[in-house]
Amino acid sequence: MKILVCISNVPDTTTKVKFVDDKKKLDTAGIQWIINPWDELSLTRALELKDDTTNGVQSVTVAHVGLIGAEPTIRKALAIGADDAIRINADPSDAYFVAFQLAQVIKSEPYDIILCGIESSDFNGSAVGGMLAEFLGYPSVSSVSGVGIVDGKIIINREIDGGKEIVSVPMPVVAIVQKGIAKEPRIAAMRGIMMARTKPLRVIEPFEVESLTTVINFEMPTPRAACKFIDAENPRQLIELLQNEAKII
Amino acid sequence: MSVLIFVENWDGKFKKLSFELVSYGAKLAEMLNTEAVALSIGNVINSELEKLGNFGAKKIISAVNNSINVFDSEVYTSIIAGFAKQEDAKVVVLSHNNTGKAIAPRLSVQLKAGLGSGVSKLPQRIDPFMVYKKVFSGNAFSNLTINTGIKILTLAQNSFELVETPNNSIINEISIDWNPSSVKTTVTEVQKQSGKILLTDADIVVSGGRGMKSSENWGPIVELADLLGAATACSRPVSDEGWRPHEEHTGQTGKIIAPNLYFAIGISGATQHLAGVSSSKFIVAINTDKDAPIFSAAQYGIIGDASKVLPKLVEAVKVVKGI
Repeated sequence: MKILVCISNVPDTTTKVKFVDDKKKLDTAGIQWIINPWDELSLTRALELKDDTTNGVQSVTVAHVGLIGAEPTIRKALAIGADDAIRINADPSDAYFVAFQLAQVIKSEPYDIILCGIESSDFNGSAVGGMLAEFLGYPSVSSVSGVGIVDGKIIINREIDGGKEIVSVPMPVVAIVQKGIAKEPRIAAMRGIMMARTKPLRVIEPFEVESLTTVINFEMPTPRAACKFIDAENPRQLIELLQNEAKII
Repeated sequence: MSVLIFVENWDGKFKKLSFELVSYGAKLAEMLNTEAVALSIGNVINSELEKLGNFGAKKIISAVNNSINVFDSEVYTSIIAGFAKQEDAKVVVLSHNNTGKAIAPRLSVQLKAGLGSGVSKLPQRIDPFMVYKKVFSGNAFSNLTINTGIKILTLAQNSFELVETPNNSIINEISIDWNPSSVKTTVTEVQKQSGKILLTDADIVVSGGRGMKSSENWGPIVELADLLGAATACSRPVSDEGWRPHEEHTGQTGKIIAPNLYFAIGISGATQHLAGVSSSKFIVAINTDKDAPIFSAAQYGIIGDASKVLPKLVEAVKVVKGI
């Protein structure tokens, strides 16, 4: 069994984002780049599944669509424990473009389980996993909070409103992952970092496809009005403000 | 031409988010000079379907098939894509919830229709079709153009006001053919809590953070939530410590919510936490540290120890509620 984890390269989640070029581009100065948090959890779970040899997972591969600047993030995934990596050498223009690239690669080298984070912390599109599955004609399960292998079959926990379902689907499958799949991301050890340097990272040139959407520009959120402070001894005043000023209770 | 709105049901019932979606779709249809068509899949009785007409749906399609009793994203995608073609939909609108996120991207590929996900307003312009959406987890917004003839939008929950209109809708019940063997998803077990207000549906949320110091101190939070008809939530460290279940974790990697009122109690307000709650209409913060970042996101603040402030707050709510 082979697992593919699709990873996105995003600014560290504590970054105070700024824009340049008439607010058309992200100001990348000083940004620390990381594996998208949901993708990192997916990778951790994939490696846990591989560690348990009874599951019969032969390899965990990571795939990324992006330019050479993303390679430190890909090497980090290898250092955490992925066996090999694929980088499709293109500036990702939208989710449709990215999913199409990944689909072409998977068509030529199939995987049994494909894990994608439910969204990326930069564009918050919640799109690539589902699009990829549709391009491939594979089943997809979204809002996945757990993945296990039992007797060679995949068992998935899917979050639903107010609870969860345990779901089985035939492989190959795209599992679109949210929180809960792994407790904490795995951290690269020194040995992993050394080994990552020699693990295979293949670069594939992009496939021709158009984008369906275009980011025109960015805006900063409207700043909120200053906080109104209420005396800690008199919370009654808070309730009055919520009733009469905010009119919400 | 039409705007097609996919309206999910929960055990045959709609909820506020369904009516928000229809209100949004109807206003969008007005902008496009066309009609709003609501699509429901599964068994929903007519008196429930009619409610969609109160929010501007002109036609309500009720697609019924008894063999579809499980949510399978491929099956739903095909059904919705079929009706989108039949109704000549220019825009397909879904909720940005679990179901919408599972279907919308597949639909985008099947219809080759650009996707604008998690939009919180009507399009800024129609030609080119430009939507406004959250990026960088709420730290910024983008203006995104969708360049295809058909567009797909998912609407962020609690971002659009209900708009009631005179009801002149028609209901079309259509029985759809489906080959049960094409349903690949099998649900083997369902674990559901009943009777609790869902965090993602709640108008008011009372949330506690590390400042609560231990799971034993949650009593007043639960009491306040009960008094206000609110859901309870927590910050990431709290769910990591196991003080509260991880379903309650709100924040970037947890649940992203947009209630009318959010109480952040003993929560400092790290960027990742704010990413999950910054769309709340009002935020009340209670924290001992006057410099905590949560106070820059909040409209109302109390500087003080939650263990001392909360009991007084609970008493104040009781007085107001006449309990």
